Formats: sequence, structure tokens, C-alpha cells
Amino acid sequence: MLAVIQQILSGIASGGIYASLALALVLVYRAMDVANFAQGEMATFSTFISYSLIEYAHLDFWTAFVITIVVSFALGIGIERLLIRPFEGAPVLTLVIVTLGLFTIINGVTGLVWGYVFKEYRGAFISQPVRFGGLYLDTQDLGVLSVVLVMLLLLYLFFSRTKIGLAMRAASLYPDSSRLLGVRVGWMLALGWGLAAAVGAVSGMMVAPIIFLDPNMMQSILLFAFAAAVLGGIESPLGSVVGGVAIGIVMALVGTYIPGGQDLRLAFGLIVIVVVLLLRPAGLFGRAAVRRV
Amino acid sequence: MAQLELKGVVAAYGPISALHGVSLSVDAGGIVALLGANGAGKTTTLRAISGTVRKTGSVVFDGHDISKRAPEHIARLGIAHVPEGRGTLGQLTVWENLQMGAYIRRDSKGIKADYDRVCEYFAWIPARRRQLAATLSGGEQQMLAIARALMMRPRLLLLDEPSLGLAPIVVREIFRIVRAVNERDKVTVLVVEQNASIALEGAAHAYVLEAGRVAVSGTSAELQKDEAVRRSYLGY
Repeated sequence: MLAVIQQILSGIASGGIYASLALALVLVYRAMDVANFAQGEMATFSTFISYSLIEYAHLDFWTAFVITIVVSFALGIGIERLLIRPFEGAPVLTLVIVTLGLFTIINGVTGLVWGYVFKEYRGAFISQPVRFGGLYLDTQDLGVLSVVLVMLLLLYLFFSRTKIGLAMRAASLYPDSSRLLGVRVGWMLALGWGLAAAVGAVSGMMVAPIIFLDPNMMQSILLFAFAAAVLGGIESPLGSVVGGVAIGIVMALVGTYIPGGQDLRLAFGLIVIVVVLLLRPAGLFGRAAVRRV
Repeated sequence: MAQLELKGVVAAYGPISALHGVSLSVDAGGIVALLGANGAGKTTTLRAISGTVRKTGSVVFDGHDISKRAPEHIARLGIAHVPEGRGTLGQLTVWENLQMGAYIRRDSKGIKADYDRVCEYFAWIPARRRQLAATLSGGEQQMLAIARALMMRPRLLLLDEPSLGLAPIVVREIFRIVRAVNERDKVTVLVVEQNASIALEGAAHAYVLEAGRVAVSGTSAELQKDEAVRRSYLGY
């Protein structure tokens, strides 16, 4: 029993990483009803930026962390303005293809700049077991989880307490009405991309110390993030976090208790996506639209 | 001088033309009604003013040519458009709807004062500020839409069929408030209505649209008296 709880704990920790990338997907999805397939590659690119800041500019991790978030935010806005905006009002499929193209481009650029050799990434936290009852907690897992939780709290405050956060919600749900109130809806979309890029960067910088850094680092994580976002209800930030943790736990258990499970984890990610879409397309926290007719 | 002046406005939705050269003017501080049958171009005229339909011709507001401006820019010049369907931000609360009304403003004192004023007009708002707007009744949503527009502190208020789907008693209440807003807050009002009798009661001046053109215009008294106009355009 203790072993199972141990697995669940480690699942929660990796779930935090899935959750943060899922959160990035949700931010873009809410803004424009399209899943951004390039979200993982954007996160990888950001992580490489922080890698360069740490290794070549000799900055300490947290300075690099903050700079990377700011740069990623700006890059996210730039991508939206340059590549997504021209397709405003285009069919969903067109936008999906654009994000797939973006996936290929960013992946290629990352490989071109930093190469395909796996790199060791020195993160913020040192992996050290802490005894807790009969269980072992990893300081790195705890660190990652706290960073994700703080980020979630900040985003929650941003969307619920600030004027610009409120305007972003209004613009994504009611673009026409928002325009009549003076909201620059296009910029709100760009801000959504910027925030998503920043959140994705955090997930990349949290996962890189655990799994080594390479241009394809986020691809399997993106799949789990999709599973998490779909499970949580693709429009719900809270759902994406709960979904992320749930997926993390499921994957840890699958990896440990199903023979050959380590190799089946990606397949299980897909299975979760399919099953949720079949049985409960709105996900756990999907908005059942309240309306009086 | 007219606060709002439209000259030869032509607008279309794709291949379907809606306005064939509408010219009208609205003086500052008045209430003007825009009447006509379904499909006459009333809604499109409002949309041409607020920049939410493609058009040619000139639209001048307070001396600014706004015919090429984006809706968010026009809103910032002081035109509040309560659109067809009320533009309710349904998944946001009543309070958030009002905050969004004040989105373009930076004067937090003025915003607070306007919130208090809006609550004088619509006394039910404070108790229900946390309620999701989508769960309000139709009449309440219409009132919220007007309240949200007032939070912009506009100089011109465009109302698109505020009576649509509402009980007569609610309609009268809404028009009473619109008149109060016009008098106390010096907001010019351009109101589109199918319910001509109630619109003419409140408005000093009216335009009647027919098939995308202004067919008749005059003071409300003149239009109400004119038998031919009443029969052919106003339907009562």
C-alpha cells in the first residue's frame, strides 16, 4: 500500500508539469477555440533560452527563469501578431494547420540553434529524498509543485481581479460585444498567446532538469497535457490543473503496475483523450453553459 | 450643429445590400427614433454608426469622421451601442458586466459615481451584482445592457429595439429610464424600434426607414398626426 501511495505522490509531481502545459493550451483555446499544437515546441524553445542564459551568460537559475518568462511572453505576442492574426476569422482547420506548421518551424529552429545532443539542464531544485512517515518525498518534486501552484494562483488573481484579465475573458467569450465596449479584441488574443507562452516556458524549465533537454523534449509531455486539458474540460484553467494531476497519477500507476507499462504511457494518454471525448466531451470542469431563454 | 450626421450611407452584408444611401442627423441632447418594418435597415443603420458593418458614405460624430474607424475606437469617442440581442456578457456577473462598461475609463472616482447613479435607475442591481448575467430575465438583461452602456459615460446612446420580447409594463419602465437618462445625464439617444407608438411618445424627432432609405422624417407630433404615414409605415 505504501508503495502505491509513493507512486501516487510522484505522479502528482509530474502531473504538475502536465498541468502547467495544459494550462497554456487552455489559455490559447479559450482565446480562439483552437488547440495550439506548437505549445510544446514553444516551451522547449523557451527552455533553451534559459539554458543559454544559465550556461553562457552565467546567470543564476531564478534570474534566467524570470528573463525567460518575459522573453517568452513577448515571443508569444509576436507569434500571434505575425502568424495568427492574418488568419483571423479563418476556419478552425486553417488555424490548426498554422499551429502544426509553427510546430515544425520552431522545432527546426531549436535544433538548428542548439543542436540535437541531449543536454543536462541544471534546474532550481536539487533532487533529494525527504523522509515523511514511511514515504519519501523528492525535494525537486515539491519545488516543481510549489512553482506550479504559485503560477496558478497568480493567473487566478490576474483573471478574476484585474481589469485586463476581465477584458480578456470578455473578449474571448463575447468578441463583438467587447468591441462595442472599446476592447481591442485582437490585442486580448495576443495577450492570451503571450501568457500561454510564458506558462509553457515555466513547464519546460520545470521538466528539463528531470528528463534532459533536447529539441523534442516536450512532445510526449504535450500529449499528456492534451489529455489533461481534455479531461479537465478544455476551457477550464482549474480543470486543466486537476486533469494534469490526475493524468500524472494514472501514468505513474500505469508505468509501475502494468507490465510493459512504461512503453504504454503514451498510448494511455491517447486512450484518456478518446474516452473523455466519447463519454463526457465537456470534461470534468467543462462549462455547462447557463442560459435563460 | 448636429452631434451625429450620416450622409449617403450605403451598407451591405456580402451580396445583400441593406442600406441604399441613408442620410440623417441627430442633434445633441435629443431623443431620436428610427422606425420601420423588419428589414428596413434600422439595425444596419446603428451598426454603420458603431462601425460594425462595412459601409461607404460619411458618418460624422462631434466633428470626427468616424466612417472608417474600428468599433473599439468609436466606442472610445463616446458612442455606446446596445446591440440587437442586448450584447449581454452572459457568463460574467452583473458586476463584471458593469465593470466592462467602464473598461475604457481611467477615472475610478467617476466610475464609482456612475455605478451609484446606475443603481438609482436600476435598484435591483446592488443585491444581484454577483449573479451571472445569463440568468437574468429578459427585461433585466435589457436594463443591464443600458446600465453597462451608461458606465461608458457616453454622449450618444444607440439602442436597438429595447422593447423586443418584453412585457408592456417592462417596456414602459425602460423607456421611462431612457428619458430620465437623456434629461439628467444629457445623453443623446438614437433608438431603433418596431413598437412605433411607444418610441414616438419618448422621442422628439423620428426617421422612418423603408427598404434601406429614409422614407419620412419629422417631429414625432407630425408623424403621429399624419394619417398616411401612420397607416403605411407605422402600422397602427
